[in-house]
Amino acid sequence: MNTAAGIAFQVLQSLLVVLAAPLLMGWVNQCRAWLQNRSAPPLLLPYYTLAKLFHKDAVLAHDASPLFRVTPYILFGCMWLAAGIVPVLATNLPFAPAADIVALVGVFALARVFSALAAMDIGTAFGGIGARREMLIGFLAEPAMLMTLFTAAFISGSTQLTTIVTTLAHREFAVYPSLAFAALAFLMVLLAENARIPIDNPATHLELTMVHEAMILEYSARHLALIEWAVAIKLFAYMTIGFAFFVPWGIAPAGHWAALPAAFVALAAKLAAAGAGLALLETLLAKLRLFLAPEFLSTAFLLGVLGMLIHFLVAG
Amino acid sequence: MTLAGQFVNLLAALLLLIAFAMLSQRRILTLIHLFAWQGAALALSTFIVAASTGQNHLYFSAALTVALKVILIPWVLHRLIDRLEVRWDVETLINIPTTMLIGIGLAIFAFALATPISQMASTLTRSTLGIALASVLLSFLMMIVRRKAVPQVIGFLAMENGLFFAATSATYGMPLVVELGVALDVLVGTFIFGIFFFHIREQFDSLDIRHMEKLKED
Repeated sequence: MNTAAGIAFQVLQSLLVVLAAPLLMGWVNQCRAWLQNRSAPPLLLPYYTLAKLFHKDAVLAHDASPLFRVTPYILFGCMWLAAGIVPVLATNLPFAPAADIVALVGVFALARVFSALAAMDIGTAFGGIGARREMLIGFLAEPAMLMTLFTAAFISGSTQLTTIVTTLAHREFAVYPSLAFAALAFLMVLLAENARIPIDNPATHLELTMVHEAMILEYSARHLALIEWAVAIKLFAYMTIGFAFFVPWGIAPAGHWAALPAAFVALAAKLAAAGAGLALLETLLAKLRLFLAPEFLSTAFLLGVLGMLIHFLVAG
Repeated sequence: MTLAGQFVNLLAALLLLIAFAMLSQRRILTLIHLFAWQGAALALSTFIVAASTGQNHLYFSAALTVALKVILIPWVLHRLIDRLEVRWDVETLINIPTTMLIGIGLAIFAFALATPISQMASTLTRSTLGIALASVLLSFLMMIVRRKAVPQVIGFLAMENGLFFAATSATYGMPLVVELGVALDVLVGTFIFGIFFFHIREQFDSLDIRHMEKLKED
């Protein structure tokens, strides 16, 4: 592989993810507004919000420790790193060997730990509530996520994302019940991890129900902007992980400039469809009580384990 | 693997998924719907096996499954819960996430048990034997952890579904006479259970079978 071309692809993909993530957020919001018969906000609204937040002066609580101040940067960095590892546009990127799927889950966990610590750092009641709830959801979602990823890893025989995507994209067509189970489990984990509706409502500011919003209540200006941006990148990264595992067609190998436009179009189409699907799901489902979240996530875990078992029984 | 084999595997996975969904379901009405869907998946997989192997008697069992387990028995159960006015309350002895974890354990046990058997078999559907065994065990578990009479009966019927699937996957089904006999037994059993429900409720004002322990002689 040509190293220069590989690095160019890596830079291109990382920039694309960071720049396009708010657009995806705007698209999801727009679709949801349409489905709920509201007049939709502009597609580019997340960008305006970010620009507005970056121009404001940050306010910090008196007893905020440095941890509170670094956390937005760590969050943003973690998400950006994750987005650099996942094969979004191209496989076999120079960054890809840096982490396999287990380490990728670890990167997300690192971000979660820091955001929970920062939420508790200020000492407000909301921060504490939000952090505890987030950790509850996180520790249930992580095993489910790992089981899902392991199913795909068993099919392709490697935990490297690049190998998984290449194997899955170039296999002959076959009905894999195990992948269907894993896809369902992954969808449930995606909803839970990105604070979407059955677990958390991204648009709420009601004390009793908020999870993610409660954690970032004390942030303002550029810190808040970075966190919001990181949330958008996280959603983007999760969706592209889903694409890599379950609809890997159309992805370009690194260094092949000719395959790039097709990969770009395929990615845009998949993201548009997935965003609309997410909005539809969020419109159809009702938010679960917090105490039902373990049940929801244990179902996801169950589906992941079943997928893996069925892989051994049927295909193995 | 042939396309038919893949579809049978997919349906087998669906069957297992429905068995787990029944285990986690709180509402009796949804439980009955799930039971009907399980019957439909079973009938479809039997039909595919029949079409791809040329075992003609399997067409009859598929048709029998549709008639009995998708239409007649769910309808009877529907009428029953309407008359008994129990629609919602399914009480479990253990909470649902724990039940699911036990279920995973059972599924692993069943899969491990079935692997050596299915290696000896030469049927198209041999790899689904573990799934059939797992759904039998899961229905068993459902009968154990439910307190009320109606879900227990649904568990019993789901167990019969699992056994039927096991027969299809291990030996391409039982002889037609046996299948007819079993189908009739299940049907009659459902009716008798229905009559029992009314008697249980008349006696104890509840369908909770815990009360039946009072009938023991001390």
